[in-house]
Amino acid sequence: MKKNNPIIAIVFWSLVSFLTLFPIYWLFVISVKPAVQLFSTPDVILSDPYWGNYAKVWGDRLLRSYMVNSLVISTGNALLCTILGFFACYALSRFKMAGKESLFFWTITNRMAPPAVFLLPLFLLMTQVYAVGDFRLLDTRIGMILVYCTFNLPFAIWTLRPTLDGIPKELDEAAYVDGASSWKVITEIVFPLCRPGLAVTLILTWVFAWNEYLLAATLTNFNARTLTTGLSEYVTTTGTEWGIMATISVFTLIPALIVFGLVQKHIVAGLTFGAVKG
Amino acid sequence: MQSNRLGWILLAPTLAILFFFGVLPFIYVVYVSFHQWNPFAADPTMIFNGADNFRKIVFDAEFLNSVGVTVLFVLFAVISELVVGYILAQAFMKEFPGKAIFRTIHTLPLIMAPIIVGSVWKLMMTPSIGIIPHYLNEWFGITVNIGTSPVAAFATIIIMDIWHWTPLVTLTLIAALVSLPPDPFEQAQIDGANKRQIFFHITVPMIAPAVVATVFIRLMDALRTVDEVWMLTGGGPGSATRFVGVHIFKEVFPKTNYGYGSTISVIVLYLTIVACWLLYVTMLAPRSKKD
Repeated sequence: MKKNNPIIAIVFWSLVSFLTLFPIYWLFVISVKPAVQLFSTPDVILSDPYWGNYAKVWGDRLLRSYMVNSLVISTGNALLCTILGFFACYALSRFKMAGKESLFFWTITNRMAPPAVFLLPLFLLMTQVYAVGDFRLLDTRIGMILVYCTFNLPFAIWTLRPTLDGIPKELDEAAYVDGASSWKVITEIVFPLCRPGLAVTLILTWVFAWNEYLLAATLTNFNARTLTTGLSEYVTTTGTEWGIMATISVFTLIPALIVFGLVQKHIVAGLTFGAVKG
Repeated sequence: MQSNRLGWILLAPTLAILFFFGVLPFIYVVYVSFHQWNPFAADPTMIFNGADNFRKIVFDAEFLNSVGVTVLFVLFAVISELVVGYILAQAFMKEFPGKAIFRTIHTLPLIMAPIIVGSVWKLMMTPSIGIIPHYLNEWFGITVNIGTSPVAAFATIIIMDIWHWTPLVTLTLIAALVSLPPDPFEQAQIDGANKRQIFFHITVPMIAPAVVATVFIRLMDALRTVDEVWMLTGGGPGSATRFVGVHIFKEVFPKTNYGYGSTISVIVLYLTIVACWLLYVTMLAPRSKKD
């Protein structure tokens, strides 16, 4: 084998890391600058951080309600998708149902489709068809939770399937022989064994829902607006409040960064449908 | 063993949600695409007009332009990511101190919301705020304005996409490279093969399945790119960066011409399926037959 020089590798990777991190650092720099300083010579080094933008965003009632919406929708959606995905995978891995492999593959096609294509039909269905009396699904949190299932539920099924297939069927069978009910087998024997896989699925679906913009921008008007749509409201043709925009971006980024720390190893597997182990 | 009925009961909620929010919208959009329908026009009723919408789309310069721009973007972005990703993956194959940290940093952009990536690059590239146009001007005297120059806007979007998604390519290729057996490489070296021969005759064929899978995933994602482009350029200047997704979002909704908008949606979905299918058939199928 060739001998490698570690210095060259370290210099090379420091450069790559700089290119990766600098844009994110710049976002932070803009967020801690008062508006008047934005248009002077760009300073790369922070000298005197100004936290006014953060106070403004945090104090804004509208943005706070967006934040609550984002939290409720992502959490609700992640829980729903993980639980339903778990049940679906249990069914797919334990029962000999006709055509189950086709069904399994069909679920993924829901995630492949470009969401832009479904904007118009979902908008029309949610305003006109999915309505009971005065209640319309458009612009409701429950509506968004259900809409996000179109990409997160297939994802949950695809990531949970190997976990459930990995749990030996003999365990269930032994429990059935002992007289346990199906519900008991699923919740008390299989569920605890799946916990690591369920946690990863929950976290990744949460972050996908949290990050979503296009569907939220079209299918909400006021009541269920999320933080990502709030971000775009500060970019207008008449002028952009750059500091506020950067601050909202930081707020949106923080949960994703925490998630990143938690499940870093699983991100690639998640984004490639498990085709590649991270 | 339990009866299949329990299995179907467990699957039912999943199938119901995917039916109402995945399948039914698709059927509905196909139905509407054969109609002339503008709920806010003088005549808000839905009128069946056969294939008129589909005839119109063939001559719709704006739509055809958006398809062209999308194809160009996907080609540039995916090929660059593959090349850069391969170089970085090879660089990761050596051992050096701090490798785990560098790898972690490199993975970071993957988890970022596309709209945040868009705003990050907007803050980098907007003249008078962004640092890149400032120093390009000060050091090299080059003026870059993504608000007026179509080339600058398009190039920025490519660079942004490379920044955002190359890590995925790198990490998938690392996974492929790590799993390669060492024997063929040693044998080739003993036989006196040079680096280029080893690359084209051993490395490429052996990592080909992983490359195909990566291209497939990136292609699907690149075709659906909307958020970051919307944030960065809004599809402009002019229609230089108005990808099909942006076109639907920006043109179809405000015009409230839902019949024709549905037709565009159907065609875009169809083109996506065809693109993915073509890739699958040409690259994956012959390989799996051999196995």
